[in-house]
Amino acid sequence: MGKRRYVLRKLVQAFITLVAILIFNFFLFRVWSPGDPVSFLTRGQGANISPEERQALIEEYGLDQSTTGQFVEYLKDTATLRLGASSFYQGEPVMEVFTRFLWPTLLLVGISTLFSTIIGIWMGIRSGWRRGSTFDRTSMIGSLVLYSMPEFWLGMLLLLLFSSTLGWFPVGGRISTNVSELSGVGYALDVANHLFLPVLTLTLAYIGQFYLVMRSSLLDVLGEDYITTARAKGVSERQVLRHHAVRNALLPTVTLVALSFGYVIGGAITVEVVFSYQGLGLLTYTAILAKDYWLLQGLFLFFTLAVIVFNLISDFTYAYLDPRVREA
Amino acid sequence: MQTPPLHVGADAPIGPPVVEEIPQPVPPGTPRRIRWARRRKALHRFWQSFRKDAMGMVGLVILVFFIGVAIFAVFADTSGTRITEATGVPLQPPSWDYPLGTDNYGRSVLTLTIQGAKVSLLVGLTATVITMIIGSAVGLAAGYRGGGTDTLLMRITDWGLVIPWLVLAISLASIFGQSLFIIILVIGLTTWPSTARLVRSQVLSVKERAYIERSRALGAGNWYLVTRHVLPNVMPVIMANTVLIVAIAILSETALSFLGLGDPFSISWGQILQQANDAGASTLGAWWWLGAPGVCIVLVVLAFTMIGFALDEIINPRIRER
Repeated sequence: MGKRRYVLRKLVQAFITLVAILIFNFFLFRVWSPGDPVSFLTRGQGANISPEERQALIEEYGLDQSTTGQFVEYLKDTATLRLGASSFYQGEPVMEVFTRFLWPTLLLVGISTLFSTIIGIWMGIRSGWRRGSTFDRTSMIGSLVLYSMPEFWLGMLLLLLFSSTLGWFPVGGRISTNVSELSGVGYALDVANHLFLPVLTLTLAYIGQFYLVMRSSLLDVLGEDYITTARAKGVSERQVLRHHAVRNALLPTVTLVALSFGYVIGGAITVEVVFSYQGLGLLTYTAILAKDYWLLQGLFLFFTLAVIVFNLISDFTYAYLDPRVREA
Repeated sequence: MQTPPLHVGADAPIGPPVVEEIPQPVPPGTPRRIRWARRRKALHRFWQSFRKDAMGMVGLVILVFFIGVAIFAVFADTSGTRITEATGVPLQPPSWDYPLGTDNYGRSVLTLTIQGAKVSLLVGLTATVITMIIGSAVGLAAGYRGGGTDTLLMRITDWGLVIPWLVLAISLASIFGQSLFIIILVIGLTTWPSTARLVRSQVLSVKERAYIERSRALGAGNWYLVTRHVLPNVMPVIMANTVLIVAIAILSETALSFLGLGDPFSISWGQILQQANDAGASTLGAWWWLGAPGVCIVLVVLAFTMIGFALDEIINPRIRER
């Protein structure tokens, strides 16, 4: 199969997945979810809403239509990226609420993924290359313990130690309340100060899986014949590791980086709650507490879409790095 | 032709390493008794390998301890867990009367943690049963039947893998309500895809074996082949995976309870941590409150993971050689 056909097939598969998710999303949040969205919407204004206003809202959201009609309405809403209205935020379009909370999460997840990947891969290489060494055994136990730890509990411990006991970092939030007085460098420092503990938590929580995959993948490669051949040729150990072993062992780890994105999101949700860090995770928590199903639906769609895109990136990277995939 | 669960022979794809044994005289008795004798022997051999694995044994000891705690919790007095019947002073560090201190209502953290063991283990184990049933059924059907069934089932599995599980679980739990039953169902319904993939790949290799063909030539039907030959040979891999899934299920329950989606009326470790976080235990410096339930989660998850790794090493000769 040629490269183009491979890319095309993956794109078609991703599209089918997206359609399935859209249908599932509709039923989950608009048909099966309990309660009438308008009553949630008008809850804030109390009982003093006139029947006419109520009727207008019902019509505005297309709730008077049949399920099919509502589905069409929902597709239009999704295609125009409005994604319906949030009842918790007094009818503000979900997309607008969403963009406000997006950047902090991207920052948090991006930096943590970067750090945990680099550290995890480095540890995995060292560990696999010197199997059975003290470093190997210590990092194996360490990463198993970190893997067994709920991310939010790790966050609570770090908060207890570094914020309330040592007082080195703020106890939560994304920026200080007096942020308007700060400018340029001061603002950046303030953001970094608030980011430090959440990033540390997520980085520690995800080093384990990258480490374990890199280690076992390197061990797999080291058992291959071409490593023996390389050694027999008289290639130095350093060269064997760098040019023969690590390059091949990196493949599964690279895909894992993209695939683990779904899990990283899961971790980010609970960790943002611990640190009251105003990102998409905290927004999800707010939506759960307020039973704001339309907001939850928008978040669900976004997270799923993000995972689909990352899967595609992972497939393409893999195909680019490993020519055997394209031919298969 | 009968096959014991842990089939050991020249063409065994998985199972303990082949130990060449002197053919022993066939014990007298019915085929059933012979079969059970072989199973017992296989189990004994398996236990001998497991005993040598230090990591697996440590895991087993931790697990037995917590199962003991959970059984104790079933019979223990639960009045100390009710807010109205709390006897202690709120937020006290550990003392003689309250070895693990008290929470913000004056309840003993020790009592709460012991009660939490019950729910956390119950949810973890039952959710795993659901995962294993769905995952094995889908994997077996897809791998054994192949063709259109395989394509369809694997596409559904891929969807399951794509959807970020915590977000799906959050959505399902918040829409269908907060009860232990829903939580178990939600965890079971969101964790099966990886099991299905694993089982399918094993089935694909097992079904090409010569003894399957021989058995088919002798007139064995599909049902007989699947239940007597394919399933028993895939079983060890399913078992090792089950143990690892329990660890994931317990962590899932913890995360869902922490987000306030658990059953408000049953105490689990995740729920204790949620209450601690809501009350700002970290900021108040109440290390004893969040310490005990967290350490318990880590120990139990670690125990299951270590046992799972040990099982993997015994049944997967490839890892063993390293």
